[in-house]
Amino acid sequence: MSAPLGKDLVGLEHLSPDQIRLILDTAEPFKEVSERAIKKVPTLRGKTIVNLFFESSTRTRISFEFAEKRLSADTVNIGATGSSVQKGETLVDTARNLEAMRIDMVVMRHPSSGAARFLAERIASNVINAGDGTHEHPTQGLLDLLTIRDVKGAIAGTRVCICGDILHSRVARSNIWGLLKLGAEVAVCGPQSLLPRGIDELGVTVFRRIEEAIQWADVLNVLRLQLERMNAGFIPSLREYNRVFGVTVERLERAPREMLILHPGPMNRGVEIDSQVADGPHSVILRQVTNGVAVRMAVLYLLAGGRPELAEAAKGGGAE
Amino acid sequence: MKPLLLRGGRVIDPSRDLDDTADLLIQDGQVKAVGRGLGLPNGGEAMDVTGLVVAPGLVDVHTHLREPGQEDRETIASGAAAAAAGGFTAVCAMPNTDPPIDNQSAVGFVVKQGAAAAGARVYPIGAVSLGQKGEHLAEFGELVGAGAVAVSDDGRPVASGHLMRTALEYARTFGIPVADHCEEPSLAAGGVMHEGLVATRLGLKGIPAAAEEIMVARDILLAGHTGGHVHLCHMSTRGSVELIRRAKDRHLPVTAEACPHHFALTHDACEGYNTNAKMNPPLREREDVEAIRAGLKDGTIDAIATDHAPHHYDAKEREFDDAPFGIVGLETALGLGLTVLVEGGVLPLAQLIARMSTVPARTFGLTGGSLAPGRPADVLVFDPSAAWTVDPRRFRSKSRNTPFAGWELKGRVVRTIVGGRTVFHSGSGEGGVVRP
Repeated sequence: MSAPLGKDLVGLEHLSPDQIRLILDTAEPFKEVSERAIKKVPTLRGKTIVNLFFESSTRTRISFEFAEKRLSADTVNIGATGSSVQKGETLVDTARNLEAMRIDMVVMRHPSSGAARFLAERIASNVINAGDGTHEHPTQGLLDLLTIRDVKGAIAGTRVCICGDILHSRVARSNIWGLLKLGAEVAVCGPQSLLPRGIDELGVTVFRRIEEAIQWADVLNVLRLQLERMNAGFIPSLREYNRVFGVTVERLERAPREMLILHPGPMNRGVEIDSQVADGPHSVILRQVTNGVAVRMAVLYLLAGGRPELAEAAKGGGAE
Repeated sequence: MKPLLLRGGRVIDPSRDLDDTADLLIQDGQVKAVGRGLGLPNGGEAMDVTGLVVAPGLVDVHTHLREPGQEDRETIASGAAAAAAGGFTAVCAMPNTDPPIDNQSAVGFVVKQGAAAAGARVYPIGAVSLGQKGEHLAEFGELVGAGAVAVSDDGRPVASGHLMRTALEYARTFGIPVADHCEEPSLAAGGVMHEGLVATRLGLKGIPAAAEEIMVARDILLAGHTGGHVHLCHMSTRGSVELIRRAKDRHLPVTAEACPHHFALTHDACEGYNTNAKMNPPLREREDVEAIRAGLKDGTIDAIATDHAPHHYDAKEREFDDAPFGIVGLETALGLGLTVLVEGGVLPLAQLIARMSTVPARTFGLTGGSLAPGRPADVLVFDPSAAWTVDPRRFRSKSRNTPFAGWELKGRVVRTIVGGRTVFHSGSGEGGVVRP
C-alpha cells in the first residue's frame, strides 16, 4: 500500500492538513503504550533504525529512541564525534554505507538546513528529520500541535504566538506551518534582529512587544534563546532580553485570558521564561515531552507503512 | 593560415554601428575587408553563412580558470576551449587560484598556458593585494608588465577602504581598472543565499542586498575621489544599479558587469536546496532581475560577464551550507543572452553583442570587440534562431555545475575564430552544444 505520508518526514511545510491530522490522530492510541507497566509493543519488530545525530541533543534523541524501542525496533545511535564524519566522510557517503548494511529508517539531526531533504533524495530508506539547521523540526511541531489540541480541544481558531529567536529556530518554522495548516491564528514576537526577513509574508502577525503578544494570544510557545546569540551581537545581553521580552508572571497576570505556556526546551530559566511561569499551572512543558514520544511512535508507524485505522490493533501485532 | 571568406552573413559590428548583410574576409590573421561581393583569394576557404550572424567574438572579463592549483575543476586549456565553444574569443582569468596570481611570474604562467591552450585568448587579471589577503598592494607595475590587464581580489572583497583607495590611485599609473567584488564582509558573513522570503522558508542564512550596495557606494565614492577606474563585478541588486546610474550621470570612472544568472534567475531557483543555484553574489528577487535588465538596456551595466566558476561535481553534491558558490557560464552565456534578453525583448541583438564583446573589450583595453579592417580577426559566427537544450555532459569545461541543465536556448555557436584561426567549429563534432 502507498504510505500515507510518503517516504519521509522532512518538514511540515509540504504536508497537507489531512496528513498532519492523521499523525496527531495516530498518536492518540500510542500515548497509552508509555503508560503501561511493560512499555513495549511489537509493531516495528525486525525494523532497523539508525539515529544519526550530527548535533548534540538530549530530549529529541532520547524521545526518538524510546519511541523506537517501545515499538520493538532495533536501533543504532551514531553521533558526529567518534564516527567517520570526524574523518571527513560526507553525509551522503555515511548514509550510503549505512544503507549498505540494510537499514529501514534514518532519524537525523543535522546542523545544515536542507540536510534531511538532501539525504531523503539520495537513499531508499525512510528519513525522519529530527531538526535540520534553522529549517524545520517537524516532530517538535507535531508534538506542540498535539499538546495544544489536548488542552484546547481544537487548533482551528486558537491564537498562538511564538516568542523569541525566530530567525534561528527550526521549531518556529515547523510550528508556523503546522498551526497555519490546521487553522490557528499565528503570531511571532521577538526583537527585530531575531525575526527573519519576510516572515509576515508567511501569514503570521508580528508583535514587537511581548506585552502586545500576551494581550492577543491564547497560547505562548516560548523558544529557547541560544546563549551564543548574545555573543554574535543579535541582542545586547540576556538580562535585557529578560527585561524586555521575558515571559514573566507579572506580564502574564495582565493577560486577558488564561494563557497556555509551551516551551520546546531546554529552558534558560530567568532569560526567556521565568521559573514561576515554567513551573506554573498553565505550563504544559512536560506534557509536550510526554506527547513527543507518542507523536514519534505515530510517525515511525506511519512511515513504516502502518495503516492509521489499525494503529490501535497494531499495538498487538506487527505493522504491515 | 589560408584566407577565409564568410559569405552572405548578417554582419553585426557594434564598434562601427554596422548591422548589414555582407561578406567578411579574413586574411593573415586580420579582418581584411567587410563588404558585398568580396572575392575569394587563391587557396582560400569560402563559407556560406547565409542566415547566420557574423560578429566580433565575445569577450568575458570575468572567469575563473582554476589553474594553477585546482586543475580538477578546470585548466586554462579546458577553460579556453569551453570559452571558444561558447563563442568567446577572449576571457580574463581571475587571480584567485592556488597560489593566487599576485606576482609577475604567476602572470607569466597564465599567459604561457593561455597561449598553449590555443582556444580563446586568455588575459590574466592580477591580484590587488599580496596573497589576496587585503593587506599589502601587489606590484601592479610588474603584473602589467607581465601581461595583466586589470587587478582584482575577486572571490573576496577589498574590505579595507584605505587599500581600495590606494589601489585605485596606484592603478592610474598603468591605466588598468580595479575590478571589485562588492561585499561588506560583516553583513555577508555566513550567508549562503539572498536574504529574503525564500531564505526564511528554507532556514538558510541570507546575504542582504545592502551588503553589496554599501561597497558599490564606497567604490563609487573612491573612484570619484581618486579618479581611478573601478570596475564593479557581477552586480546583482536594484540598489546597485541605481547607485551606478547616478555615478554615470556624474561621469565618474565607473564601469559594471552583470552575469547571465542574475538577469535570468531569481532566488526561487534555490528551492529544494539546489546547490547549482548557490552563487555569490546570490540570486536575488524579481525586481532586482528587472533592474539588471534595465541597466543592460540603458548602459548602466556596461558588460555581461559570466563569472564562470567551475566546481568538481561532488563539491556541489553537499548540504547547501557546505557547497561552494558559483556556476559555470561560458557555454550558456550567449544562449541565455539571446533567449532571455533578445527574444525576451530586453535588448536588440546588436546591443547584446555590444554588451558581450565590444564594450567589455574596450573597458579592459583588450584585443577584439571590432570587425574593422586591420583588426585581429576575432570573429564569432552563430545561428541566432537555432534551438538547443543545455546538456552539461557535453560541456567542454571540466565542470558541470549549472542551474540551466535542460533549458531550451536559442543561438548555436557555429564557428569561433581567434586571430584568423578557427578554435571552434560546430561541424567538427565535439561541440559543447546539442545541435537541433
